[in-house]
Amino acid sequence: MDRLDDLEAQSIFIFREAYARLKHVALLWSLGKDSNVMIWIARKAFFGRVPFPALHVDTGKKFPEMYAFRDRYASEWNLDLKVEQCPPVDAVDPSLPPAARSAARKTEGLKLALAKYGFDGLIAGIRRDEEPTRAKERVFSPRGLEGGWDVREQPPEFWDHFNASPPSGAHLRVHPILHWTELDIWLYTKREDIPIIPLYLACNGRRYRSLGDADITFPVPSQAATIDDIIVELGATKVPERAGRAMDHETEDAFERLRTAGYL
Amino acid sequence: MNAVTQNLAQVRSVNARPLVRIVIVGHVDHGKSTLIGRLLYETKSLPEGKFETLKAASARHGKTFEWSFLLDALQTEREQGITLDTSQIRFRAPSRDVVLIDAPGHAEFLRNMITGAAQADAALLMIDASEGVRDQTRRHGYLLHLLGISQVAVVINKMDLVDFDETRFHEVEADIVDHLSQFALSPTAIIPISARKGDGVTQRTSSMPWYNGPTVLEVLDRLSPAKPLAELPLRIPVQAVYKFDGRRIIAGRIETGNIAVGDAVTIMPRGTTARVQSIESWPASVDGPAPQAARAGRSVGLLLDSEAFVDRGDVIAATESPPAAVTRLRARVFWLDSKPLSVGDMINVRLATSEGVGTVALIENAVDPANISSIGATTIGQNQVGEIEVVLARPIAADLYALNPRTGRLVLDRAGRISGGGLVLSIDGAEHRKAKTKADKHAVAVAPASARRSDRIASALAAKSKRLAFDLADLGPAERIARFRSEIDGKLVFTTSFGLEDQVILHLIAENGIDVDIATLDTGRLFEETYDLWARTQRLYGVRIRALYPHADGLEKLTAQHGINGFYDSRDARMACCHIRKVEPLNRALDGAAGWIVGLRADQSGDRRGTAAVTVDEERALLKLSPLFDWKRDAVESFATRNNVPINPLHAKRFLSIGCAPCTRAVAPDEPERAGRWWWEADGKKECGLHQLPIRTGSAS
Repeated sequence: MDRLDDLEAQSIFIFREAYARLKHVALLWSLGKDSNVMIWIARKAFFGRVPFPALHVDTGKKFPEMYAFRDRYASEWNLDLKVEQCPPVDAVDPSLPPAARSAARKTEGLKLALAKYGFDGLIAGIRRDEEPTRAKERVFSPRGLEGGWDVREQPPEFWDHFNASPPSGAHLRVHPILHWTELDIWLYTKREDIPIIPLYLACNGRRYRSLGDADITFPVPSQAATIDDIIVELGATKVPERAGRAMDHETEDAFERLRTAGYL
Repeated sequence: MNAVTQNLAQVRSVNARPLVRIVIVGHVDHGKSTLIGRLLYETKSLPEGKFETLKAASARHGKTFEWSFLLDALQTEREQGITLDTSQIRFRAPSRDVVLIDAPGHAEFLRNMITGAAQADAALLMIDASEGVRDQTRRHGYLLHLLGISQVAVVINKMDLVDFDETRFHEVEADIVDHLSQFALSPTAIIPISARKGDGVTQRTSSMPWYNGPTVLEVLDRLSPAKPLAELPLRIPVQAVYKFDGRRIIAGRIETGNIAVGDAVTIMPRGTTARVQSIESWPASVDGPAPQAARAGRSVGLLLDSEAFVDRGDVIAATESPPAAVTRLRARVFWLDSKPLSVGDMINVRLATSEGVGTVALIENAVDPANISSIGATTIGQNQVGEIEVVLARPIAADLYALNPRTGRLVLDRAGRISGGGLVLSIDGAEHRKAKTKADKHAVAVAPASARRSDRIASALAAKSKRLAFDLADLGPAERIARFRSEIDGKLVFTTSFGLEDQVILHLIAENGIDVDIATLDTGRLFEETYDLWARTQRLYGVRIRALYPHADGLEKLTAQHGINGFYDSRDARMACCHIRKVEPLNRALDGAAGWIVGLRADQSGDRRGTAAVTVDEERALLKLSPLFDWKRDAVESFATRNNVPINPLHAKRFLSIGCAPCTRAVAPDEPERAGRWWWEADGKKECGLHQLPIRTGSAS
């Protein structure tokens, strides 16, 4: 029994189901560690190629290292890269707290991309252990016409049978690594030698555990300068993964509001 | 080894630790989410700041402290104080990693409970000690059984509300054990706790000095991951066929079995055969050759040696035991949609990766699992369970659930939304095919024609008994007898010795007017009380009870050889007597019968523990029904009392199991039920040879 092999086999199964059952899917590439693992598994599932576009919904506020990474690996991995710019913050629900409002630009950018390309499925690299509302997600998660998540009305999903018939004009979120943990991601990244953005590694006693917009994402204290160090750190840490993501912590329901409106 | 490498090895070792998924189910507000919160807190698994965040959130919602807020993250959940949807959280138990799956207890969210529970290897069933067993306790228990989860531990929570009273604990314990036993679930542990106060979660406290069993944490640490399915025949449901670089790669996950390059495979439902040419993978292995084999659980890509047509929904299977190609099947299903499932409905049937339109041709045995009384409807309503027969427009590859859990279960969807699921109980023609395949194999191995025939019969009987044992497990005894009657082509014989169980069965046969031949073996040495009861029963129920007697010449020889009471002298002499007086007449009673009904119960003795509802009597080539196999003696007694079933007055004098008068005595209160039979024999095997019992370790029948 090798746990990483089991996780990988399940993710490959989900990728192949999404590709077989949906007409027009795209993989959301946020450039972070999780979506890089996703791309890697997609290449395994489809024997070296990613047979759908990689969509980067760009807030324009990512770290320079992230853009450099995107441009290098989009070409090295032979991805069909699509970049969609997000609208300015004025276009976003003003009742949200500041960081959440800023993050919600991504939701609006997603809507634009959906309208432009007509995707019926978006493959996203969220995980249950990141955040409690994500823990309640389905693997195939139906979205409303406005892209919203109706958490009260989630359909049943069992025995690896997925609901894959979104109403016309709506889309599905597909979550191939929902069952992975942060530690699994790093163990797998190490085992498979998957490239990462160097911001994850400690520099002057701090590193990023989770990457987002440069202005609302903060590094956490850490001495982990290699992936092995990160693995050891995660074996002992009690600091939650998204501690450095401001938008999660502004109010009790900020993240839930973001998600029900269509955020990842 | 420096510190970092050492730590790294330690963290990496998680990859080899067992990972077990455990769902927590039970009635709404019986404390499922609270237990999870408490468990994570006490095992120091909460992230930094979480406790404080929960405290603040509880205060905002006007509550003192809510452990359940850990998983009930949604605002509506916190406001209403109930779990709406299933959630998961990981933590480390001493010897394994555990994924705790929280499931909502509210009836309205049963679909979410199933979504959570279907992913689990094991379950904790929570019961509020003050409220006891409720609707959702029963419903969830039944659904666990239907989802194939057999490791179930019961947690009796809120013991603080009943002053940690041992008597109350045992009351609730008896209720739940009684309920679960109806579908042959036996809890691995029953633990009294107070999740809110912390008693019994990770430590035993002084509140319940009378309890010496394990804590919740200790029980979690014993539950195991579901067994890998590599032992079963190969099944790879095809997800897609990719045409890359001139290669046609067949993609799918190995649900059961193993595969290797060069293996012969059959593609079902078409039945074409091919050989595995290669197992494809990416990236190309840098440190060795391409993979030559793969096992259950892996997602693979295959190239076959022929141009055989393969499509999504097909199953790549072991050629020696392929699944059946079916257009009609019977399944026990649960239904989740608000619009009931009715006869004549068109529904989408999904089995592994196949999908096809089917028509519901028949609905039977619809029950509400909250009270398990058959409602006899021709529809299955929301949150109910029932048996359906579906006729499919096109053949699909399927197995019986009893033979392969992965390709023997199906999901029903209506208009693209998953609405139900269930287990395949029977398949048109599948038994014949199975028997034939087996017989053909033997034919190659130069078996004589007669052996082939008996082998074929034995294998068909075995398949049928397996299916019936499964089908009948959830039914009451009268329904079991009626259903067995309808499944048996030919004579059905019930043999009675007028014991407690036999009287209840005779009552059920007579009251329901089921067509069964009733016979008894008069050994000539029965108790007077037994003869009286025989006469009384015949009069009361107005049934004919056919009597069979030992052959006179056999009896004369026996007495000449061993004396009138020679059975006391040796086991051989006793067995000879049993043979002449019981076994030989029984063979005549069963002559020409296709089915036999008996009063065996699994808990009568160690040798009978393996008894199932339906078994095969191989020697007599018939199916044997034990309608009370899973009943406890108390239950049989109380049924008899409630229904005024006449019973042998000797039972009241502690003759629990009654045979011939010279060979039966009363038993002491602490003796096993059958200890009074042939009591002078030392080896403890209390059987006369009528019943071929299943062989268990350390005791042959």
